Amino acid sequence: MTEKTIFELSSPGRKGVEFPAVDVPTTDLPAEFLREDLPLPELAEVDVIRHYTHLSHLNYCVDEGFYPLGSCTMKYNPRVNEAMARLPGFAYCHPLQPVESIQGSLALMYNLQEMLKEIAGFAEVSLQPAAGAHGEFTGVMIMRAYHQSKGETKRTKMLIPDSAHGTNPASSAMTGFEVAPIATDARGNVDLAALRAACDETVAGIMITNPNTLGLFDENILEVIDIVHKAGGLVYGDGANLNALLGIVRPGDLGIDVMHFNLHKTFSTPHGGGGPGSGPVGVSDKLKEFLPGPIISIIEEGDDEMPPLFGYYQPKNSIGRVKSFNGHFGMHVRAYTYISMHGAEGLRQVAELAVLNANYLLSKVRGAYKLPYDRVCMHEFVLEGMFDDVPDVHALDIAKRLMDYDFHPPTNYFPLIVHEALMIEPTETENKQVIDSFAEAMLNIAREAHESPELLHEAPHKTPVRRLDEVKAAKDLVLCCWLPENSE
Amino acid sequence: MFTPHTNAEREEMLRAVGVSSIEDLFKAVPKKYRFPSLDLPPKKSELEITNELSDLSNGNGSVKDLMCFLGAGAYHHFIPAAVDSIISRGEFFTAYTPYQPEISQGTLQAIFEYQSLIANLTGMDACNASHYDGATAVAEAVILAHAHYRGKRPKMILSPSLNPQYRETVRTYTQGFADIEITGDLVKDPLESPDSLIKLIDMQTALVVVQYPDFFGRIYDYAKVAEVAHQNGALFAVSINPIALGLLKPPSEFGADIVVGEGQPLGIPLSLGGPYLGLFATKKELVRKISGRLVGETVDQDGKRGYVLTLTAREQHIRREKATSNICSNQGLMALASSVYLSLLGKQGLRQVAELCYQKAHYAAGQISTVPGFSVRTKTPFFHEFIVDCPVPVAELNAHLLEHGILGGFELGTVFPSLKKSCLIAVTEMNTKDDIDIFVEVLKEMSHD
Amino acid sequence: MNVPADYKYTASDEWVKLDGKIATIGVSDYAQEQLSDVVFVEVVLGEGDSAKKGTTCATIESVKAAADVNLPVSGKVIQVNEDLSKTPELVNTDPYGKAWMLKVEISDPSEINGLMSSADYEKFLQDRSH
Repeated sequence: MTEKTIFELSSPGRKGVEFPAVDVPTTDLPAEFLREDLPLPELAEVDVIRHYTHLSHLNYCVDEGFYPLGSCTMKYNPRVNEAMARLPGFAYCHPLQPVESIQGSLALMYNLQEMLKEIAGFAEVSLQPAAGAHGEFTGVMIMRAYHQSKGETKRTKMLIPDSAHGTNPASSAMTGFEVAPIATDARGNVDLAALRAACDETVAGIMITNPNTLGLFDENILEVIDIVHKAGGLVYGDGANLNALLGIVRPGDLGIDVMHFNLHKTFSTPHGGGGPGSGPVGVSDKLKEFLPGPIISIIEEGDDEMPPLFGYYQPKNSIGRVKSFNGHFGMHVRAYTYISMHGAEGLRQVAELAVLNANYLLSKVRGAYKLPYDRVCMHEFVLEGMFDDVPDVHALDIAKRLMDYDFHPPTNYFPLIVHEALMIEPTETENKQVIDSFAEAMLNIAREAHESPELLHEAPHKTPVRRLDEVKAAKDLVLCCWLPENSE
Repeated sequence: MFTPHTNAEREEMLRAVGVSSIEDLFKAVPKKYRFPSLDLPPKKSELEITNELSDLSNGNGSVKDLMCFLGAGAYHHFIPAAVDSIISRGEFFTAYTPYQPEISQGTLQAIFEYQSLIANLTGMDACNASHYDGATAVAEAVILAHAHYRGKRPKMILSPSLNPQYRETVRTYTQGFADIEITGDLVKDPLESPDSLIKLIDMQTALVVVQYPDFFGRIYDYAKVAEVAHQNGALFAVSINPIALGLLKPPSEFGADIVVGEGQPLGIPLSLGGPYLGLFATKKELVRKISGRLVGETVDQDGKRGYVLTLTAREQHIRREKATSNICSNQGLMALASSVYLSLLGKQGLRQVAELCYQKAHYAAGQISTVPGFSVRTKTPFFHEFIVDCPVPVAELNAHLLEHGILGGFELGTVFPSLKKSCLIAVTEMNTKDDIDIFVEVLKEMSHD
Repeated sequence: MNVPADYKYTASDEWVKLDGKIATIGVSDYAQEQLSDVVFVEVVLGEGDSAKKGTTCATIESVKAAADVNLPVSGKVIQVNEDLSKTPELVNTDPYGKAWMLKVEISDPSEINGLMSSADYEKFLQDRSH
């Protein structure tokens, strides 16, 4: 059954919500500015609830089952996070209220800044960026501002290993940098010779993802950082894979100068079908002054009787704000809740079990699939989704077939340095039985690929819709629908 | 708690991996820095964290307890219970970006409907799956215009009555573009008529951005500005308040090529500033220049209607450094909230909310203008915000109001030197006549006469 | 793989067909196969524009990929193929014919010597696939 659109369900005259009548003497409306028609659908509340409930049934989600999307850290989203973010004192404060009236929220943000600094080893954190890519962009602008402040305007080159996250090149380019890719060596580390060769006086820095998108911790990380620093560049750490490092190592200790956090990956804030995310940025001491403001600080120290007064401050050479207001406060509440419930030991356990789960799953599928970089992985690993003896089976077919086994497929076709990549991240919240059954499905599919490949080519078989015509979507470009009475 | 492993399972898994302890999995991490001891507060149970955060949140004065006359870009509106009920469904909030359409039709169709609702509301032909907020949506419009003219038109004209935080965000976003010049907004008198933008528009202009209603709540017909922009080959963008469009004619009627705006008023709680929703809609001609995700209708292999992410070849993960924007995530769940909100209110409800805002704001303005010492500076038509000149410093006034359980208006002097003694008052359907009368009474206490 | 003999090629998979001083430009069969189903073509240079070799003159988008077409030779654009915006699939069906993108009056004929012959390009493609 195809669910009708909300426009097709409209019935003129219906209303889903009633408002009170105007209780003040009225003023004439400005006739010349009034709109003639407001072409919105008309439904009763029950119509709306049923419609969206029907739609919800067409989705796969973490609540439903295993979601091993590499690089996305689809861990379980604790319900207490949701309850905390909805506390009226948090959910219903205006961002421009006097600071005296929002001390609770500011205290939470301040404490979250402190926690993130401690977890990752940075001198200061700004909670403002809205998402991972937004944090990256912010971080790269901070690197630019730093070089400009030193008069080093010739530093226009950003080094990006080919094992780094996909957004990095665009974030650099948007900031005015030229992108120089750096190759990966046979063990999946940054190729040091290539790095040395690229490090000249025009280097602004490197954007490194560690563990990288192969799920491998760079064995020469200190050397990589040292080479870039010696060339006068800064080191950007893509924090998307921080889940593997909690309590294991602090990026700041390694010498990383600036990094974004993905609260929606590492600290369990939900993905929401594509967002909102939250991408705070942490920096070393020398970059503090460039952070986007406002940042939460103590503006009056407290004492035995009085708690401190929290307020805002603007770093002195701030790149400026990167969005409205304070960032995604609702996500800050969720992340704060999550970190508080774990403490230092609990966070380390998160990373340890995420890495154990990945290695355990890898041990079960090794042999059935090609593993281009075979060593102990961190929180994720990358397989080749292809078989030499059945060349017409692709990673996409394996991904689609997994849906028939009631699993969400892994990330496919990324990273680009692996042919037909299948990038698998189980996360720490999955139990052994789930991982065992996923491994079994993967092994079954490898067998099916050889014995009855049409099962893969035609997959998925039991989903609400089957493979969709993406060419038609891009050519015909139907991006909106209209009320039946307004359609041509 | 959130990790299900028993000791026995852990041992079994380690054996399968072929290591004797978990520590052995981290040998690639430099030993010197391995396993730092983190100085974090001791862990709390759900009971304890609930108590801690209840206490913290009770330390705030929220608009549930205070009468709110504060707007300036974020607004206190009524949110029907059904909105949270839908977005709290795990099928929506625990799903990822719908990269696998066969098992994501719920999210995809919801976004398609969101795109449709916003296109209908704004009069545009297409809408993306959302940007982070109103400020970044304006910045993305500037980047779109830059790319549209391939960097050959440097001039981006921002109206001085465009939200100051949006203007600041645009400046931050464009600091790496040597060939973009932001102009028009830093003028002595931010209240000057939009017609004064006209003289700035020339053949070097890529984009003119105005706000509707403007930051000060005023309603203008921008047809003339749009016409001159178009005569010069430039694009014209309008930043809107979506509630106002329940009443006011859509920007398409006075020539907008791009409509952006803050979607927060559409069923999204104030939440101290986020997460909100960046609206971004355009005319047909610019569809392929829109950054961010887009959902399109298509059919599956059996001919059944379905939806997919489309035009992805423009995006950062494919275009990489050649993409015009690095945007990746959208505000999916917030877009869903706004869709549910608009579906519930519909044609009649949105109009009604907009009228309530308009009428109550005009009543409040009328009452305030009778208080000695206070005067309403806004003389032109306005929607639900207006400027009040005060006889006392605004910070002092607001502190006094807060003591009476009232959140006063935005202190304009913090951004506009020429409006030192002025505040911006916002009134919505949430303010009853009694609230407004109490507010006016408290102002009377502060009037110096 | 179709590599017509009377065309010249670049390492970034554009082709050039010469007729006196006029060069017709498009992308090769190999390029269209790599892109798969082409859904959008935009020629970004207009008639009368002069541009140097290497300038982006068109962009091609398929469902999964995007590619810039770079001008193989410097010159002045004298004609643009308007049909491609409506029927981008021509790039897949007739890359060397109806899917020509633009015609350029060459300003520096010596640049032609830098292009590959069909034999060179065929060898180049073979080497690339290994």
